[in-house]
Amino acid sequence: MNLYQLSSPSTFYPVAGRVAPWFAGAAAILGVVGLWIAFAIAPTDFQQGEVYRIIFIHVPSAWMSMFVYLVMAFWGAMALAFNTRLSSMMAQSLAPTGALMTFIALWTGALWGRPTWGTYWAWDARMTSELILLFLYFGVIALRNAIDDPRRADRACALLSIVGAVNVPIIYFSVKWWNTLHQGASVSLTAAPKMAATMLTGMLVLALAAWFYTIAVALWRVQAIILERERGAAWIRSMRGMKAATT
Amino acid sequence: MTTLAQPLATTADYGAWAAIRLAAQRDLKLALRSRAELGVQLLFYVIVVSLFPLASSPERTLLATMAPGILWVAALLAALLSLPRLFGSDYNDGSLEQLAMSPYPLPALVSGKMLAHWLTTGLPMVALAPLLALQYGLDAELVIIVTLSLLVGTPILSLIGGIGAALTLGVRGGGSLLALLVLPLFIPVLIFGAGAADAVRAGLSASANFSLLGAGLLVALVGAPLAGAAAVRIALD
Repeated sequence: MNLYQLSSPSTFYPVAGRVAPWFAGAAAILGVVGLWIAFAIAPTDFQQGEVYRIIFIHVPSAWMSMFVYLVMAFWGAMALAFNTRLSSMMAQSLAPTGALMTFIALWTGALWGRPTWGTYWAWDARMTSELILLFLYFGVIALRNAIDDPRRADRACALLSIVGAVNVPIIYFSVKWWNTLHQGASVSLTAAPKMAATMLTGMLVLALAAWFYTIAVALWRVQAIILERERGAAWIRSMRGMKAATT
Repeated sequence: MTTLAQPLATTADYGAWAAIRLAAQRDLKLALRSRAELGVQLLFYVIVVSLFPLASSPERTLLATMAPGILWVAALLAALLSLPRLFGSDYNDGSLEQLAMSPYPLPALVSGKMLAHWLTTGLPMVALAPLLALQYGLDAELVIIVTLSLLVGTPILSLIGGIGAALTLGVRGGGSLLALLVLPLFIPVLIFGAGAADAVRAGLSASANFSLLGAGLLVALVGAPLAGAAAVRIALD
């Protein structure tokens, strides 16, 4: 099959439905394995004790939070450049998962910070830029919800996420420099102890699990978006008709 | 509504500079006709700045430390308040569509409008800043630094804010949505702008902050009119 045909919602819909369960299954298996490494195999950290195990969830979600934004901006750029409906739908389906990952990263970071740094929140560069990233996600989602015409919402969100993607590194460095100028707190994320190999393995396995989870969820969500947006299309009505005939 | 179609008859110049000048002149004329509105925005800026001592404490050293940040946050909010007007009235009465259809390059027209927005909201705030800084007991050197940082930084607010203003044209809950869209993007400007005075107070040079603000201004000058024009086209679709 020609790969470009996949850019049509009607051909992509069944493919997504067939592929998504595999990603979900891989995410579940890798998640269980990763959590087992994280909580049963990985040794207790001699400085931080058991608390450090939060990073097994924290780091993968933080990676995903930034990566998903870039992917979303990429699909937005594709949508603006080639005017493909499916690209916008992909961007739309990624936004909630990205926001969720950002939220998890922030929340687990706070939970980790309390026992290790003695505070839930410090105006550390990474934490602050992660918080701003969450605002950017909310902005894209809110803009989408505020515009009734889906085609206009597509393009507006694409433009906003591209502008945001240009800004993400600027925000990160500005906050970083701001913090070094202000450096009064004794908190440093970079002074983490060297990681044992098992810890790294656990983290990478869970990062893969987060990837597969994101892919699976994005595919399922894009299916829902396709159904909602193309509900008037003939192929969906014929699919409904087929279902009605078989039951 | 002033018309843009006047020069059509003769050997018209449809270049970018002509477009910028035309759009800026038109918006300035419109702004000067509603001077009261401009005054209200400026007053908003002054009032927000005056609220902070009342909310925290009138202690001079504390106020002096907070002053650059407060002036900057107030400038951000005042800019935000005035942004819906940048394209809003033109969008509502249909003249934005005429602008987009005119032979002038739309990014140049958009940058002309952004320029007019800065001249009518950013520049008055810069002019008022020394007075407000004195209220906070800043010494002369810091007053100059804060004012200069606002001078370099506030155009970026008009430029980036213009993209958000165009994106939220005719959208439900436009005003608060605009805040959600542009305030996170303003953060680097806020940090470098307010940081300039902090650096000087700490005995460092503010040149790094000014270089970064200047770089941001250049990037915004190039990028924002293009993105703003794209957003206008999306809104008019």
